[in-house]
Amino acid sequence: MTYTTPIATGHEGTVRDQFTGYIQRVRGGDMGALPAVLALVALAALFSALSPFFLTTGNIANLFVQASELMVLAFALVFVLLLAEIDLSAGVTAGSGMAVFQVLFSNLGWNWIVALLVALATGALIGAFIGFFVSRIGVPSFVVTLGLFLGLQGFMLLLLGDGGIYRLEQAELKAIMNSNMPVWAGWAMLVIVVAGSLILSLYDRRRRIKVGLPTRPFVMLVIKIAALAVVGALVVGLLSVNRGQGMLAIEGVPVVIPIVLGILVIGTFVLDRTLFGRYIYAVGGNPEAARRAGIKVAQIRLYAFIICSSLAVVSGLLHASRIGSIESTSGRSIVLSGVAAAVVGGVSLFGGRGRLAYAAIGALVIAIIDNGLGLIGLPAGANFLITGGVLVAAATIDALSRRRSGVSLTRA
Amino acid sequence: MATPLIELSNVTKSFGPVDVLKGVNFTVEEGKVTALVGDNGAGKSTLIKGLSGVQPYDGGTVAFRGEDVHIRSPRQASAMGIEVVYQDLALCENLDIVQNMFLGREELNAGTLDEASMEFAAQKALQSLSVRTVKSVRQKVSSLSGGQRQTVAIARSVLRNAKMVILDEPTAALGVAQTEQVLNLVRRLADNGIAVVIISHNLADVFEVADKISVLYLGQMVAHIDAKKTTRDEVVAYITGSKTPEGVA
Repeated sequence: MTYTTPIATGHEGTVRDQFTGYIQRVRGGDMGALPAVLALVALAALFSALSPFFLTTGNIANLFVQASELMVLAFALVFVLLLAEIDLSAGVTAGSGMAVFQVLFSNLGWNWIVALLVALATGALIGAFIGFFVSRIGVPSFVVTLGLFLGLQGFMLLLLGDGGIYRLEQAELKAIMNSNMPVWAGWAMLVIVVAGSLILSLYDRRRRIKVGLPTRPFVMLVIKIAALAVVGALVVGLLSVNRGQGMLAIEGVPVVIPIVLGILVIGTFVLDRTLFGRYIYAVGGNPEAARRAGIKVAQIRLYAFIICSSLAVVSGLLHASRIGSIESTSGRSIVLSGVAAAVVGGVSLFGGRGRLAYAAIGALVIAIIDNGLGLIGLPAGANFLITGGVLVAAATIDALSRRRSGVSLTRA
Repeated sequence: MATPLIELSNVTKSFGPVDVLKGVNFTVEEGKVTALVGDNGAGKSTLIKGLSGVQPYDGGTVAFRGEDVHIRSPRQASAMGIEVVYQDLALCENLDIVQNMFLGREELNAGTLDEASMEFAAQKALQSLSVRTVKSVRQKVSSLSGGQRQTVAIARSVLRNAKMVILDEPTAALGVAQTEQVLNLVRRLADNGIAVVIISHNLADVFEVADKISVLYLGQMVAHIDAKKTTRDEVVAYITGSKTPEGVA
């Protein structure tokens, strides 16, 4: 055996080398959420220039709350988008789950926690239904979920009655979107997040050292954690200021934020660090290669749809909590915003590329457009036009970056 | 001479009325590169599919290190240490080299992916083949050239402790420099003690890398010759059927 110098791992070199490496990857078409982050900054600058209300603490809190249900729906869709599939029924699945909740809780008088669990199970069942048709029968997910998009609207109408609107009565559920944590709890959350990511980074680093692999400069780890801490502190700080207009103090991080953060962290862990996550990316990248490697492709697809539909119900819960009611017509239009959020964030429609964090950033972009245009008083029509334009722009970037990374392989 | 790793005796395979393999003998030795050549339709693919378990043979015997075996499924072939590198490679472009090399056999640590040990093992495997062409083991496969992808696919079989690696037209889509890289890699594979079977239409490649040349002609093995003791013209004659061996018929 002949040993040559080790092949690089991408962890070598100084901070400067790492930075050049990153620039090279971006130019090679691997942009990740960069366009979305830039768009987010640009939009924030634009709207704060156009409206004095945009940067108020009250509006920022609003923005996060508005974005949260879209974020969870986008998280849900990421699992199927990574497989190059789609779930057009995610929005009405969310509505259906809540309709089931309404019937069990209000009409039949079930305990609200049990009713909620059954609502989630309804989502899982819908996901299993889609997954079965897509993975075992081979019906395109576009068609199956389009059928469900119609069918589940009927399901909601039958359950809740034509034009049925019911108040969400459970205080705990209304609190999710309409109340804030105590100020100290917001800071505690930040400490947990920063400490957690520090511990995880140090653990990964130690494992690399133990095996004998090169590690990135330690200062990069410090910068990464520090950046997280600073951005986090900025957000928590802003949300801890009293944003009440009258006598009543309104302060603290909205309750929904730790919930969304929890889903983001757990989902990212599953996608990045478990076999299931790895196989989702593999099946999304090349199903035939995955099959030959012994991966049970049909099973992965089935689970992804189950996760998607179950998470969609969670987003339906957030929606119901925000508007304070459960309707027989909810969820018809939000699914396209969910897809838009994921794609704008940098999740590829072609499968195999994207992360939950990208979807979170994309959801913020969509929410900021919605929020900002509302503040500067543009008509709703303009909102649709601009959101649609952003989606097409994002899909174009996706297609172009895919083409670019395709071009680079013809060069040696 | 030591027992060959694989010895096929009189194997047959028919599809309906068509006899594709008409009693083929074929031996593969460890540490040697055996080239399998023959015109289109000679039965090369069918012979390989039998070895990889995709399409078991109808008749004849297969001996693995002298013991009779029946290879019935790809899983079984893989468990015996027979790996096939297909022409279309079967890599996930969105994953990096390490992830592709370990696809389907990821190493775990406390239930989560053990990236550090996989990265280390992938590096080792590529080093053992003296691969210098890839820049980083964490490069996405989408950024690799055809030759580099072939390298990754071949290195994957090394990682899986293959005893025998079957390469189906590994240089078909490659340029001159990349072909050279891959052929060097094939040579090193054999030098590491692995039995290598290479299917190729390119006789220049075959003569450069092979120790033995086996020629299939219309479902029969018409020659199994030492690459050093034959000429290009002779091999072409066997392939086209203008020369038939004595003894074999």
